[in-house]
Amino acid sequence: MTPKPTTKGPAAQPLSRRSFLQGSALATAGATVFGAASVMMESAEAGQSSGLPVIGPEAVMMTLEVNGERRAVQVEPRMTLAEALRGPLALTGTKIACNRGACSACTVLLDGVAVCSCMMLALDVGTRRVTTIEGLAKNGELHPVQAAFIEHDALQCGFCTPGMVMSCTALLERMPHPTTADVEGAISGHLCRCGTYPHVIAATLAAAKTRQT
Amino acid sequence: MIMATDGTTRSEKFPFGIASVGLRDVERQVPFDEPPPLAPNAALAVIGKSIPRHDGRAKVTGATLFTVDVSLPGMLHGRIVRATLPHARIRAIDTAAAARHPGVLAVMLVARPDDPASAIVRYIGAPVAAIAAVSAAAAEEAAALIRVDYETQPFVVDLDRARAADAPLVYGAASGPAAEQSEIPFLAGLPLNGRPAMDGRGDTTQGFAQAAIIVEGEFRTEVQTHCCMEPHGIVADWRPDGLTVHMSTQFTAGVRHELAQAFGLPLHRVRVIVDGMGGGFGSKTQLGNYGRIAVGLSRQARAPVRLVLDRAEEQMDSGNRPGTWHRLRVGARRDGSLTAISLLSYGTAGITVGAGLGNNAQALYTCPNVDSSQYDVFINAGPGCAMRGPGNTPAAWGLEQTIDELAERLAIDPLILRDRIDASPTRREERRIGAERIGWQRRRHPAADTGPVKRGLGMAQSLWSANVQINSACEVRVMRDGSVEVLSSVQDIGTGITTVLAQVVAEMLGLRPEAITVRIGDTEFPAGPPSHGSRTTASITPPARTAAWRILQKLLRGAAETLKVSAADLIARDGRIAVRDEPSRGMRFEEAAALLRTDRISEVASRSDDYAGFRRRMGDAAMALEDLGGVQFAAVAVDTETGIIRVERVVAVHDCGRPMNPRQIESQVQGGVLMGISYALFENRILDQHTGRMVNANLEQYKLLGPSETPAIDVIVLENYQGQSATDAYGIAEPANIATAPAIGNAVYNAIGVRLRSLPMAPAAVLAALGKIPSRS
Repeated sequence: MTPKPTTKGPAAQPLSRRSFLQGSALATAGATVFGAASVMMESAEAGQSSGLPVIGPEAVMMTLEVNGERRAVQVEPRMTLAEALRGPLALTGTKIACNRGACSACTVLLDGVAVCSCMMLALDVGTRRVTTIEGLAKNGELHPVQAAFIEHDALQCGFCTPGMVMSCTALLERMPHPTTADVEGAISGHLCRCGTYPHVIAATLAAAKTRQT
Repeated sequence: MIMATDGTTRSEKFPFGIASVGLRDVERQVPFDEPPPLAPNAALAVIGKSIPRHDGRAKVTGATLFTVDVSLPGMLHGRIVRATLPHARIRAIDTAAAARHPGVLAVMLVARPDDPASAIVRYIGAPVAAIAAVSAAAAEEAAALIRVDYETQPFVVDLDRARAADAPLVYGAASGPAAEQSEIPFLAGLPLNGRPAMDGRGDTTQGFAQAAIIVEGEFRTEVQTHCCMEPHGIVADWRPDGLTVHMSTQFTAGVRHELAQAFGLPLHRVRVIVDGMGGGFGSKTQLGNYGRIAVGLSRQARAPVRLVLDRAEEQMDSGNRPGTWHRLRVGARRDGSLTAISLLSYGTAGITVGAGLGNNAQALYTCPNVDSSQYDVFINAGPGCAMRGPGNTPAAWGLEQTIDELAERLAIDPLILRDRIDASPTRREERRIGAERIGWQRRRHPAADTGPVKRGLGMAQSLWSANVQINSACEVRVMRDGSVEVLSSVQDIGTGITTVLAQVVAEMLGLRPEAITVRIGDTEFPAGPPSHGSRTTASITPPARTAAWRILQKLLRGAAETLKVSAADLIARDGRIAVRDEPSRGMRFEEAAALLRTDRISEVASRSDDYAGFRRRMGDAAMALEDLGGVQFAAVAVDTETGIIRVERVVAVHDCGRPMNPRQIESQVQGGVLMGISYALFENRILDQHTGRMVNANLEQYKLLGPSETPAIDVIVLENYQGQSATDAYGIAEPANIATAPAIGNAVYNAIGVRLRSLPMAPAAVLAALGKIPSRS
């Protein structure tokens, strides 16, 4: 499905935030977007040209399922998931280092899949379950990947660490017996200026063994 | 122990030498109020052991609060408006529309059109104005509304072009005559007006005349940016009764001084706090323009202001490692002994100075005749600053390759040549260990492989001063319930000093390191050292041990009374205070603490001079007698069809006095090596010559080494006892970075038989060196 062309040409009407949102909603027209949208339509206006609901630019309420909890949160439509987590949800364990998907510091899990939360609008999360670094330990007991990171000194300054931990956790979920190359692949988008990669790989391989026993 | 006649010191015997070679005793005069010598690591319970990071749990659970995570009630968000031209005079700045933005609470001019000195911007990204608004998004919107009227001026952003006689002047004509009139040599036709650093010894003309062989080479190193994962950031809270800032800094106590001076406040009215600190590598040692701006905004808006740079700002205006061109001439006799070294360098730190080449050429090898001229060249680019092994890292690139060339010309193995010309017994042992580990005897003649992928081995040496901050203090407290705290303003920038401080105090008090609470990164505590120059451990662990020892004496006195023994017969071990020769007689540490007359006792100690003195003292800083060393070996595979260099293995052998926590040291050495590989192969700040703009001001086109380019790294650290302080520990961060690029360069030469002299050794450079594509320059 393609967005309905506007009556004015693109040159006459530059892309506004509103028309972009309209367009992306139409383009993706998936259950996820509308699933989310239906939650927070209270403050949405009706679109003039398409008849579809238009959101923003002012903040709207939505519900995000984060770390097993449904949390109502007010977000501006332009707000990324990373910003929503760090701002209104006060989950600052998720870090922003490049803010354009180049370093993976902001990695969280969406239904168990590692994604860059700086590259996704909060509204686009829809009904998917978000897991952040704060949600890995259960009842104070560290996830095996977290424990292995400490044991193998897989962190120095610690700023890229939450993202690294999330990607390594996601890897072990989908691949319980990874090789060194698998771990390298899983963290290949992550940048660590302290140079912790060797210890991150050792820690993740060790965590895989711990989980098996 | 023997008391000195004046009563201020006593004589003690310390372990001395390299543990793997053999230790002997050395006698030192120790201040009477400092602890007895610490035994070698093998005899200790906690120091020298790989204790897990104290802050590990907080960091893997996301609980650590970094500066970017600090949120204060009523906090505003700052944003800097930056120059869009590389050289211009600002005629006017229109802030009216920005000021009308509903979210804006403060608008500030950084450049002032009415002030000739501040109206000139000299690089793209220079701060022009700043905004404080209710949200980061509002601040960004408002910043976009500020209109700056520029009058363009000629600019230059290339090191070579800036050296041309007709090049645009970064600082105008005024500084030219000043340089000519000064005593420093001023090269005719050089409109740079930077500061040449000259030093040397002997007579190089004579030295070269004595040489049987002279090797000469020209080298280049690129500009490298720090790329800290946590951006530069500050939360400034200006209040009538004082200023509090949270700042991602390498020097908590230093920033306090800068703030007090910049804003006319007494020191006690300024508090600087850093908890989590997401990397600095030399770029976070000072307050910075953004720090001043944030405090100014907070004062103006009467609210806390958080200002965090975005990644493009990081790349353009948070410092960088200066780029260099350098030429080395080295003369030697047939036996390899050096007769002369001559170094000429032009480096650029953008609009500032500090692009020199350190002291490798002057100090690493025995040579009677040395001259060095190091010039700073100004260009219209963001200011450089210290970066992991500043000066010595680019200098090692040229020097270590030149020494290898000399070895080849003399038909001597590079290790044997270094055995002859390097007087350091530490590096000799490091070469021996490293050669064995990497399998140096397998090294073949250059370009031995016949297939398209060619392998080679190389090595290079590191040199770095063992720095100490004299102005370093630490407090140890014991409470009546037996809880123990260590306090200092020193910051943990990821190096692990938190854990090491716990180890030092735990060892002295006979406790487990987990039992020690470490409170650092706050100027409310005794002033600690900066974490730059690899000086943190050397500066703060001796006072920590001294303070713990003094507090232990108080506890022992109380326990001795109860146990009816002499305090001198008591020891603290395994959580107990017990009689040395009758360990069953004693009490738990908590029981001894319960005997205290007051709820809390405290001791503050500061860094004394190294026991055998320093080589040099410069204000608060000093250099230890023996430098830090390190030798690195690299195994590479060069694909001669694609030009891609793959580092397959690195062996890094280092020394840092007494190693305090081997696993943390291993982490840090790996980090130094990986930053070195990244410097050698990938990183490059690229400025567009036509616009002055950095074209890769991000983290995707500014290529950093990633996991898949990480080789196997063997880290070996000597125990090198010097008997110099209460802990005898020194630093490791910078030595670990200095030798990597030239070790790879020498290995690449061994692989392909062609020497690459410019960094980075990108595929195109390799192919050009092999004559497969035309050279770019």
